[in-house]
Amino acid sequence: MAKCKYDWPQAGERELIGKRIDRIDGPEKASGRAKYTYDTNRPGMLRAKLLTCPYAHAKIKSIDLSSAQNLPGVKATLVIQGPGSEIQWAGDEIAAVAAVSDDIAEDACRRIQVEYEQLPHLVREEDLDRAQAQGRTKAGGEETTGDPGKAFQDPEAVISKGYYGIPVITHCCLESHGNVAEWPDAKTLKTWSSTQNVSGLPGQLGAGLRLQKVEVDDSNIETVCQYIGGGFGSKFSPDRWGIVVAQLSKLAGKPVQLMLERNIELEMAGARPSAYAKIRVAAKKDGTLTAWDSESWGTGGVGPAGHPPLPYVLQPPNTHWKHTMIAANVGPARAWRAPNHPQACLLTLGALDDLAAKLEMDPVEFLMKNAHLAPQGLGQVYTEELQKAAELAEWKKNWHPRGDKTPGHIKRGMGVSLHTWGGRGHTSSCNVIVRPDGSVTVRLGSQDLGTGTRTVIAISVAETLGLPVEAVKVEIGDSKYPPDGASGGSTTVGGVSSSTRRGAIDALDELFAAVAPSLGVQPAQLEAWNGRIRVKGDSSKSLTWKQACAKLGVKTITTTGKNPGPCHLNDSGVGGVQIADVSVDTETGQVKVNRIVAAQDCGLVIDLKTAESQVYGALIMGICYSLFEEKVMDETLGRMLNPNMEFYKLAGIGDIGELIVHMMTGPGYDERGVIGLGEPPVISPGAAIANAVANAIGVRVSTLPLTPDKVLAALDKGGLA
Amino acid sequence: MEAFEYASPNTTRDALQLLGSQWGEIEILAGGTDLISAMKDRITTPKRVVSLKKIKGLNRIEFSERSGLRVGALVTIQEILDNQMVREHYPALREAADGIRGEQMRHMGTAGGELLQRPRCWYFRNGYGQLAEYQGKSLVPDGQNRYHAILGNSGPAYFVNASSLAPALIALGGKVRLHGPDGEREVELGKFYTTPTKEGEREYVIKPNEILTEILVPPPHGLRMAVYEVREKTALDWPLVAAAVVLHMKGRTVKSARVVMGHVAPVPWPSPEAEQAIEGKTVTEEVAEEAGKAAVSKATPLSQNGYKVRLAQVAVKRAILSAMKGEA
Repeated sequence: MAKCKYDWPQAGERELIGKRIDRIDGPEKASGRAKYTYDTNRPGMLRAKLLTCPYAHAKIKSIDLSSAQNLPGVKATLVIQGPGSEIQWAGDEIAAVAAVSDDIAEDACRRIQVEYEQLPHLVREEDLDRAQAQGRTKAGGEETTGDPGKAFQDPEAVISKGYYGIPVITHCCLESHGNVAEWPDAKTLKTWSSTQNVSGLPGQLGAGLRLQKVEVDDSNIETVCQYIGGGFGSKFSPDRWGIVVAQLSKLAGKPVQLMLERNIELEMAGARPSAYAKIRVAAKKDGTLTAWDSESWGTGGVGPAGHPPLPYVLQPPNTHWKHTMIAANVGPARAWRAPNHPQACLLTLGALDDLAAKLEMDPVEFLMKNAHLAPQGLGQVYTEELQKAAELAEWKKNWHPRGDKTPGHIKRGMGVSLHTWGGRGHTSSCNVIVRPDGSVTVRLGSQDLGTGTRTVIAISVAETLGLPVEAVKVEIGDSKYPPDGASGGSTTVGGVSSSTRRGAIDALDELFAAVAPSLGVQPAQLEAWNGRIRVKGDSSKSLTWKQACAKLGVKTITTTGKNPGPCHLNDSGVGGVQIADVSVDTETGQVKVNRIVAAQDCGLVIDLKTAESQVYGALIMGICYSLFEEKVMDETLGRMLNPNMEFYKLAGIGDIGELIVHMMTGPGYDERGVIGLGEPPVISPGAAIANAVANAIGVRVSTLPLTPDKVLAALDKGGLA
Repeated sequence: MEAFEYASPNTTRDALQLLGSQWGEIEILAGGTDLISAMKDRITTPKRVVSLKKIKGLNRIEFSERSGLRVGALVTIQEILDNQMVREHYPALREAADGIRGEQMRHMGTAGGELLQRPRCWYFRNGYGQLAEYQGKSLVPDGQNRYHAILGNSGPAYFVNASSLAPALIALGGKVRLHGPDGEREVELGKFYTTPTKEGEREYVIKPNEILTEILVPPPHGLRMAVYEVREKTALDWPLVAAAVVLHMKGRTVKSARVVMGHVAPVPWPSPEAEQAIEGKTVTEEVAEEAGKAAVSKATPLSQNGYKVRLAQVAVKRAILSAMKGEA
C-alpha cells in the first residue's frame, strides 16, 4: 500500500522526532526576556482593581461609587453587578476602578460603598445529608448496566465497601488571570491576555463587549499571548474581568492592565469540583471484577459541573452509579487538567485497591487480570505499562500485603493506579513560509502554555524540511495568525504537529517544483535531507537548502496546513500507569513520597524531553493535590480561609521525592500518530499515593489530601501496622 | 497598603523618639518579612514605620564561654544558621532556625522580628483580628481550627505563637534586652509572651515605645539540647508543633530539664509536667515517652485539632531522645 503523502517518517528516517530536544524558548524564559501579560507595560497604562463581594450569598441593595470617582488619579470606574444582582460566592466582582497606580485603584475600590442583603449560604459539602436538608442537592445522573443487584448477591462474590473523597481545589496558576486592553482607535481593540485560547479570544471579547453596549467588530480585535504562567484549564475565556478591562480602557482612553490579586484568583478564578462516594465493588475469588455500585456527590459551585465517570476505565459487566450535585457557594467550577478524571480515578482505583486487599491479591496482578475490562485497545497498553512500571518501581521486591509489618514507626507502602484520556489534535491551521533567502517561518494562532508547543512546531517543520530546529522561526501567540484551537484537553500537540507537517510537505512540493529543472529530474524524485535538496538517495545530485531556495527567484512560498486533514497523523485514547512508593510516620501521620514511577503512552512522541517534562510537572501537581491542597472554607463566614500561598499549601522540592518517567514508544505506539499528553499523567497520583499509604499502614485514608490529622484518625480506626 | 510616614534613624535613641504609646500607630521595621505582608493585607495600618536598619551594632552575633551568646535584633536567620559558634554550642538554636523555611525569609527575616512576629492564624490574617471575633463570638471553636491551640486555649485567644526560635531560647534560659524611654531592661523570654484578652493587645510584654535590641543566651555548659518539629511540608510553612528540650546532665542522669513546646498555645508553652517526668532519671525510650505524655496531659483540644496533642507528645519525646544523642 502506498504511503500516504503526509505520514510521519518511519522510525529509521526520523532525524529530530522522538529525540530529546531542548525547548527553543528556554533561553528567553531563563533570562527573563520572555514577556508575560503581567510584564506588559504600555505607554500611559493605567492599573485596574476589582471590588469583590465579601459574602458567599447576598443581594446587592445599593452601590455608590462617588467617593471612588472623586479620588485624584482615578480615571474610570465601572459597576459590574449593580443593585438587585444576586451574588453566589465570596470574591465575585462588584465594581472596578482604573487609576494611575495600583495603590490608588485599590484605595478607590475601598471607598466604594455597597449595601448587601446577606442570604443563606452553604460552602462545605462533604456532608451529603446536611446539603440535602438545606435543599442544595440536585440529581446528577444515574445509570445501570447488567444486573448489579444479582451480582452483589452472588454467594461466591468477594465484596469491598468503602468511602472515598477528594475536595475542591484551585488551579494556582503562577501567573494569575488578567489582561491588558488598549484601543489604538475607537474601533480597534488590542489585548495582551493570559489565555489558553489566543485565536478564540477576540470573538468572545467582542460578544461580551457588545452585550455591554460597546460596539466593536470581532475582526478589529487582536489578542496577543506570547507567554503564559500556567492555565491548567482555567483560562479559556476572557472572563468578566477581561470584558471589564476593555470597557475601562475605552472609558479612560488609555491602556489598562487588570491582573487578579492572588486572593481573588484563589477565591474565584478556578475551582476543581469535589467528589465523594460510597462505593461497593465485587469480584470472583480469582479476582475477576463482576460488579460496581456507587453513590457519589460533589460540588462545582452553584451551577452544574458534570460528574466523575464511574467506574473509571475498568468496566465490570454489572454496574450502577448515581450522582448528586450540590449547589455550594464556593466559586464557579472550571476545567482543571483532566476534568473529572482525577476524581473518578481516586474513587475507582481506591475502591479496587481495597478490593484487591480483601482478595489478598497483589494489586498489580489484580489490574493485569482485569485489564481486559478497559476500553477497546487499551487492555494491551495497560498490561505493558503495568509490567514496565512494576519493573522500574522494583514492585516485586518492595511490595508487601497491607500493613508494613517491619518494626518501627516508619512504614513503607506501594500503590498503583491507571488512567486514560482522549487527546485528539484540535482544529488547527498554519502558514508555512519559505523565502528565496532560505529562511523559514511557521505562523499560527496557537499558544505555548509552557508545555513546549513552540518547540514541537519547530521540530515538525524542521524534520519535514530536512533542516535543524533552529532554522525554523516559529511565530505563535497572536490572533492575527491563522486560527488554531484552544489549548485544552491535551489537544494542542496533535493539532499543531499535524497542521504544520501538512503545511511543510506542501511547501516542500513547491520548492521541489522550482528546483527540479536545475537538477534535471522530476520533482517527485527529490527529497529534503540534512540541509539539502537532493535526488532521492543520491547526495551527488543535490543543492544546499539556500541554493535550492534561491531557485524561487522572487517568489516566496506560502502554504496553509490544516488539521484535520489527509493521512493519519494523530489519534486519541491513551493509557498510563503510575506506582507510588511512600513512607508514613505512624506516630505523626506524616506522609513522605519516596518515589513515583510513571509509564505513559501518547502515541508518537515529537520531543521526548518536553514530553517527559509534561509528566514530571504532572506528578508534582499530583503530589500537591494528594498531600496538601484543599480550598478551606469557613461555614460561618462563607469564605475561603486559605487564599494565599502560605495557607494554600503546595509542595516544595523537599516534598517531592524521586520521579521516574518512562514514555511508551516504538512499535505499537508510534504508528498511532501524535496524541496529547497534558492531562493524562496528572490523573493517577492521587490514587497511587493514597493506595501506597493504605499499603503502608494497613488502612484506607478516605479523603485527600493525606494530611497528618487524617492519617492518624485512620490509624485509630484500625491500622494493621 | 495605606500610606505611611517612613523614618530610618541612625541611633536607638533617635528611634525611640519616633515611637508612640499605642500599638498599631507606629510599627518597627527590621527584615519586613512579616510586617510588609501584614501591611499589604491591612492587618496593621501604621501611620509611621520606623526602620532599624541604619542603627549600628544590631546585626552582631557574639559568643564567649563566660557570658554566652549575644544575638543582635537585626541578625538574620541565615546568619544564625551559618554561625559556627551557634552550631558548636547551641545546636538546638540552629535546629530551631532551620525550621524557618524559605530562602527569602531566612535572608531577610531577623532574629528580633522572628520573636515578635504576629500569629499565623488564618482568621487573623484574613482580617478578623487575633481573637477572630465575628458577631460577638470567636470563629475558632466551631470553625476551621486544625492549626489552632491545644493548650492555654480557654479563650478568648485560640491562635498559636508562631515563633520557631522562642521555645529553644526559653529552654536555654534566654533573655531579651529592651530599650525604652526610661532606659533599658532585660526580660526573660520565659516571661516575655502573654495571651491577649482584648482585640488590639499584642502577644508580648514589650511596650509600643520600646525596641528589642538584643537576645542574650547563657553559656551552654554541660547541656544537651534539641528541637524537634512536626511539619506538614518541608518547604515554606510553619510547623504543626515543635518541642525544645534542654537537659542539664549529671553523668547519665538528668539533673534538671527545660521542655518548651511551640505552636501549641498562644504563647510558647513550657511543660513542668514533662520536666518532672525526666528529672532525676536516666533517659530511656520509655522515660521520653512518659515525658511526652506528661507534656500534653492538660491539653484541651478543639473540634479539629486533637491530632496536635499526639504530635506534641511525639515532638517532646523525640526532642528528648535527640538531645541525648546530640553533642553537649
